[in-house]
Amino acid sequence: MRHILSMLVENESGALSRIAGLFSARGYNIESLTVAPTDEPTLSRMTLVTTGNDDIVEQIKKQLNKLIDVVKLQDLSEGEHIEREMMLIKLKAARPDREELKRLTEIFRAKIIDVTDASYVVELTGASKKLDAFIEAVPEGLITEVVRSGPTGISRGDKGLTL
Amino acid sequence: MDNGSKAEHSSMQLSGAEIIIQALIDEGIEYVFGYPGGAVLHIYDALFKRDEVKHILVRHEQGATHAADGYARATGEVGVCLVTSGPGATNAVTGIATAHMDSIPMVVLTGQVPTPVIGSDAFQEVDTVGITRPCVKHNFLVKRVEDLAATIKKAFFIAKSGRPGPVVVDIPKDVTDPSIRIPYRYPAEIALRSYNPAQRGHQGQIKKAVEKLLGAKRPVLYTGGGVVLGDGAAALTRLVRRLGYPITSTLMGLGAYPMTDKQFLGMLGMHGTYEANMAMHETDCLIAIGARFDDRVTGKIEHFCPHAEIIHVDVDPSCISKTVKVHVPIVGPVRSVLEDMLAVLEDPGTQPDRDALAAWWQQIDRWRSMDCLRYERTSQVIKPQFAVETLYKVTGGELFLTSDVGQHQMFAAQFYPFDKPRRWINSGGLGTMGFGLPAAMGVQLAFPDAPVACISGEASILMCIQEMATCKQYELPVKVILLNNGYMGMVRQWQEFFYESRYAHSYVDALPDFVRLAESFGHVGMRVDKPDELEAAMREAFGMKDRFVFLDVIVDPTENVYPMICAGKGHHEMELPPTMSERELA
Repeated sequence: MRHILSMLVENESGALSRIAGLFSARGYNIESLTVAPTDEPTLSRMTLVTTGNDDIVEQIKKQLNKLIDVVKLQDLSEGEHIEREMMLIKLKAARPDREELKRLTEIFRAKIIDVTDASYVVELTGASKKLDAFIEAVPEGLITEVVRSGPTGISRGDKGLTL
Repeated sequence: MDNGSKAEHSSMQLSGAEIIIQALIDEGIEYVFGYPGGAVLHIYDALFKRDEVKHILVRHEQGATHAADGYARATGEVGVCLVTSGPGATNAVTGIATAHMDSIPMVVLTGQVPTPVIGSDAFQEVDTVGITRPCVKHNFLVKRVEDLAATIKKAFFIAKSGRPGPVVVDIPKDVTDPSIRIPYRYPAEIALRSYNPAQRGHQGQIKKAVEKLLGAKRPVLYTGGGVVLGDGAAALTRLVRRLGYPITSTLMGLGAYPMTDKQFLGMLGMHGTYEANMAMHETDCLIAIGARFDDRVTGKIEHFCPHAEIIHVDVDPSCISKTVKVHVPIVGPVRSVLEDMLAVLEDPGTQPDRDALAAWWQQIDRWRSMDCLRYERTSQVIKPQFAVETLYKVTGGELFLTSDVGQHQMFAAQFYPFDKPRRWINSGGLGTMGFGLPAAMGVQLAFPDAPVACISGEASILMCIQEMATCKQYELPVKVILLNNGYMGMVRQWQEFFYESRYAHSYVDALPDFVRLAESFGHVGMRVDKPDELEAAMREAFGMKDRFVFLDVIVDPTENVYPMICAGKGHHEMELPPTMSERELA
């Protein structure tokens, strides 16, 4: 099963490689990993998507918690949460395809943020599945490149992952 | 310099190098095991000016780590190493990994090239923090002298608290610059917001565990190195006596419960006793304490304790249900959990099922009567088992015994019954050949008047043989008991069993003359090859209380370690000594 793990991590060099190294050393899956500083300068927020059966995910969480640099960990998949991923996608937009691509962008509530004679860059935010669906919907052969941020997430309700 | 109070320290102006030495003094560190080199010369210069910390000059950085490790295992204190950058650090990696696998508290100070040249492939530069990351509890790169004291404090705190382990502190040379002095303050206490090891077990879980234990018909305690590391031996012994239950131990836990006691079944696992492994297979209630269900202990997981409800006590939550699912997990320090269990058992109403227990002991005694450790006692060549038994006889069980890795290690675990913890010192998790001799140096320094021996094989001993020079320099009267069979015995045994006796490169051709080798290092060398001369030779060796003695014992080259659980088998599927007939096993 897919799990979204959200972590507060010491904002120190080496923290990222400790976490990445743990996954490779123990043979765990890692689908995506995003990391950026928070409002508290000594902390980074990391969102990690992994897959595995319950026993493996339990072990992943224990091993992550054991790392000295991991301050707090929450498995967002265990409760109500919001998941968002951003994608920038560059499309080949020659005259015959331009209208079709523009309609597609509107249907997905995406934005065209760069235009040339022969291309569009489209920005799209949403759950990962929505991004997958957009890629699927683009007519064959029109994708030049795909850049995805990997999912980030936050729990619903008034409680937060804080110190 | 006056080694005064913390308040006086706050007014001291120290360089980075001096801060390191002062911090070690403030930690109460007695010995540092190390080897100098370019990146640590400022630190060595600061060390030279102080005599509160004694430096032991090893002959290879691996020796420094094993010596610090042996010191830590014997005393329970943190072992400390100091090595230079590049090859100094990489040579230390084997010892760091050894300590990591067995959860040994250690602080390893490594020199690093100056901060301005980090990343430029400078002379003797390696990414020490990167290389050691997977085999440490934690590591640090200190980039500012202002961070040095607090980082060293953190390193010691992390190394010895919770589940202990090695911590590496990588220190660039410019951070130790003698011309830059800052006020020194060593924190008395330190708290880390991201690191809070469990202080006590959950009381509800502890009550539940005691209820399960009391309700058991065929209970077994299975204990590991965590009992030794967590100073839980006394509480464990009280618990086992209070319950009257059988107990078995892993290789790492030997001595936490007196091995000469009737309730002790011997070691379990791959080379465990018949009675211990059969009890594991038949038990209906297993309590694992400070043990981690290692593959050498469990055999094939699908066959592990098929009838048991399992209780697991460990300070490290990631140990729980890692390989074997447990029913009652208790996360907490072993000693405090055992004491809490004893408190629950103070109620006189809490009694085990006496009838069931009597029947269980009858069954165990039948298994025990198999005498699974039997060997040919009338042999004209020295059997390795006989050599260990003689070692026990000569030393009266009072020995600190370090070991290398292989058959001799297993024979020692089977035939030398330790009655106290921290007496049996070996590399269990990583299985590091070369561990024994330097580890013995650390133990001997910690206990200068105690008998310390290293049991080894002719293959293992050569991996850190250079440390005989260190033993000479510091006049360490270690006794090396070499079970010399001319083979890498355990490799040879596996090749005999699983590769149709094709002994690919397990025969150690061109061995040195160990007697003359020891003599050339300034020590006493002795050789014995007849069973009836062995005891006298050992008595003579241990009689030389102030000398390092290397006793080369020529043993049967083809002896195997039994019982043995082969790969993919369960506890009930042991290979027993060939002298045992099928009828006996029925």
